[in-house]
Amino acid sequence: MQITIAINGKNYTRLVDPDTTLYTFVRDCGCYSVKCGCETTNCGLCTVWMDGTPVLSCSVLAARAAGHEITTLEGVLEESKQFTDFLAAEGAEQCGFCSPGFIMNVLAMKRELSNPTESEIQQYLSGNLCRCTGYAGQMRAIRKYMEVEA
Amino acid sequence: MKYVNTAVKKVDADALVQGKPVYTDDLAPKECLIIKLLRSPHAHAKIVDIDTKIAEKVPGVELILTCKNAPRHRFTSAGQTYPEWSPYDRVLCDDTMRYVGDVAAIVAADTEKHAEQACRLIKVTYEVLEPILDFETAKDNPIRVHDDDSFAKSPFHYAPERNLITSGREDFGDFDAEFAKCTHTVDCTYYTPAQQQCMMETFRSYAYMEYSGRLTLVSSTQVPFHARRHIATMLGIPYTKVRVIKPRIGGGFGAKQTSVSEFYPAAVTWLTGKPSKLIFTRQEAFACSNSRHQMRIRVRAGCDTEGNVTAISIESLSNTGAYGEHGSTVIGLVGHKTIPLYNKLKGGRFVWDVVYTNMESAAAFRGYGATQGTFALESTVNQLAEKAGIDAAELRLRNIAKEGAEVFMTHEIKYLNSSGLRGCITRGMELIGWNEKPHRQVMPDGKIRGMGMAICMQGSGIANVDTASVELRLEDFGFYTLMIGATDMGTGCDTIFAQMVADAMHCPMEKILVHGVDTDVSPYDPGSYASASTYVTGMAVVKACEHMTELILDEAAVRMNCPRETLSFDGASITAEDGTILSLDDLASALVAGPKTHQLVATASHGSPISPPPFMAGFAEIETDPETGKTDVIQMVGVVDCGTPINRALARVQTEGGLSQGIGFALFENVHYQTNGKMMTDNFMNYKIPTRMDTGEIIVDFSESYEPTGPYGAKSIGEVVINTPAPAIVQAVYEATGVRVTSLPITPEKILMGQK
Repeated sequence: MQITIAINGKNYTRLVDPDTTLYTFVRDCGCYSVKCGCETTNCGLCTVWMDGTPVLSCSVLAARAAGHEITTLEGVLEESKQFTDFLAAEGAEQCGFCSPGFIMNVLAMKRELSNPTESEIQQYLSGNLCRCTGYAGQMRAIRKYMEVEA
Repeated sequence: MKYVNTAVKKVDADALVQGKPVYTDDLAPKECLIIKLLRSPHAHAKIVDIDTKIAEKVPGVELILTCKNAPRHRFTSAGQTYPEWSPYDRVLCDDTMRYVGDVAAIVAADTEKHAEQACRLIKVTYEVLEPILDFETAKDNPIRVHDDDSFAKSPFHYAPERNLITSGREDFGDFDAEFAKCTHTVDCTYYTPAQQQCMMETFRSYAYMEYSGRLTLVSSTQVPFHARRHIATMLGIPYTKVRVIKPRIGGGFGAKQTSVSEFYPAAVTWLTGKPSKLIFTRQEAFACSNSRHQMRIRVRAGCDTEGNVTAISIESLSNTGAYGEHGSTVIGLVGHKTIPLYNKLKGGRFVWDVVYTNMESAAAFRGYGATQGTFALESTVNQLAEKAGIDAAELRLRNIAKEGAEVFMTHEIKYLNSSGLRGCITRGMELIGWNEKPHRQVMPDGKIRGMGMAICMQGSGIANVDTASVELRLEDFGFYTLMIGATDMGTGCDTIFAQMVADAMHCPMEKILVHGVDTDVSPYDPGSYASASTYVTGMAVVKACEHMTELILDEAAVRMNCPRETLSFDGASITAEDGTILSLDDLASALVAGPKTHQLVATASHGSPISPPPFMAGFAEIETDPETGKTDVIQMVGVVDCGTPINRALARVQTEGGLSQGIGFALFENVHYQTNGKMMTDNFMNYKIPTRMDTGEIIVDFSESYEPTGPYGAKSIGEVVINTPAPAIVQAVYEATGVRVTSLPITPEKILMGQK
């Protein structure tokens, strides 16, 4: 079937199979920041925004995203820089493979929650796995970022 | 010094946090054959027949390889310096299946769908055999996992007729006599599971043919040079026909010290001439790759009334699974990186057997045997401290080696050049409040807190084996290119080498380009494993910089026409005694122009006859709910002696990450098999790695020492950081609940059922 999805403000029209995932679609459109870590919605690596809300693109069918606005890290680089400068200063991107999905969820959290507690932050981001850092450096970066005026 | 021992941002940080296409699958050509592997559903079986006729008719299918038509050269997939100590017990497609997931057929097609469809249409007739699924029954079992014993390269008593890939024994003094003399003794047996590395990027590689008829493989590997040898050996082609490139890597933790995905695109592309790629699913990464070695470890240890630990015996049984990669080397660290912590030793013994089973192959995982050994020995020493009535930290302080001391049963080093372990212990005690807080405390809500500790060591590279070469070039306009073969996998070695060069050459880091790794152009390096990069490759970097400084002065002397001894170099310019100045930029530009051209290139290699141990003390405070047995980590304190931390931010994050993996090993990460040998814990729903809700507060500090044989006094940090949480948390749970868990992980069930 032929569908059109708006990714980072630009329309992409593609022929897809009924079982094509949004993950495959966005990568086919050149959004290589989006990674797949588990295929079972447990790791958070493939997080993108659909109409501004974080979704796991490995388990959203491309057909379901037709007509919606998708945002990937490539589309919010200016906004994300405020956070990623802190992240990089901590060295807490480490291998970097989980970073894009994690960053998308951190930005969404900043938009959604004002003055979240430590435990609210941990809960919001609990679905973003990282095997390198032990999360502590990420938390230091998040705390600094949450203090930045939006 | 300007950069060393500071927190410098990683040189690849911007690309990574902006999601740039820098990993293997981002770089693969769009027009590429997709490879899928048909895997055995049986833990042990012979392929009687395999029929691919119908599968070949699926549109887009390019190649199907099975035991009937695949290359049959024997190889090992272990990424170790040649001659590898792992047996050459693999062929690409064997007619015996040795675990659920073993490769029966390789399918390459134009799309993933066609490849999967073809896999489903291959008809395999199996003769199902009885498997060995309990590693304690493997030795001398009439069932043989490998029935061909012609392929052993291992020098360590390889005996496949007994399902043994190695066995051995080492003695120091007379253990039995010393153990008999001890006032307090402990004899305890421990079990550790086949923990999974779980790097976020699964195994993946793609291959293409170059214009010159050579095979190029781009792979997420820790060992590009070893992978080149593996592939050439597997295909039976000259090494010169293979090139391996390592892009950015999404984590490794040792899993990628073994070639896993590499063989398949290499074979498909070599045989078809077309580009091909293979991306492992997470299920395959769990069940069909490699893990930590499952072990049973019996420890006997004893001390006198003063708490001097004089006798230690470690008897270990290790499960290498279906194939033997790393089996004969991992086992050594169980004893060699644990027993030497105790310097009052009079009698020591270390005994080992490593067995084949019909389970997933084990290989390298951060810690490499020391993790299992530390859990067993430190748990034993904690019991010994209790019996002797001596505080566990105090008992360690009485027993550890001082700098300069002779150390025992290390296999390689004899005298300790550097140790900050005493400071690790005392600083850790301060940070967790060891002397202030009660070690058992009932909270108002009925939960019980407990505290425990452990110490550990690791190595820095493999003594007398590991080597590294680097090349430093002075480029036009006075900047440097550092060519390395060490593999940054997120650990940051590209960055710390740039820091070292910048300090040695007295220039800003912006003037250093670090390039790695492409086997066609990078100098030889075995890769990043065994905690080697900082210490071994780092020393090669230091040597190359010294050489480069000499070359610059030699060349300046000629061009300034004055004696070399009278010149000084401050990084930006060369100054003569009379005040004449030649800038490095001008010198560098002049060196690459005209008939007197002479680009300055400094190459250096380094190997070490010793492997200086980094040390660590870990302290855990946990809280257990006695109603459910559920245990939460409140605080995990780790204080590390890595010599000089080259990059303080990266050393800290490495430590936090290692502690987190250690917490997973202690509390959550378990491997279960069905009775037919199929792994059940093959996804993140069943196999639980710590989330950010599970690690508690991680507190890290450093107790610096100065290692005279290391670059800027550095030792290693990559592996030592994973070892302490398991024994520290076990002890904390014991303090809280009275339940001593000897089989990891510490599940709520074990605590609940163990409570009296």
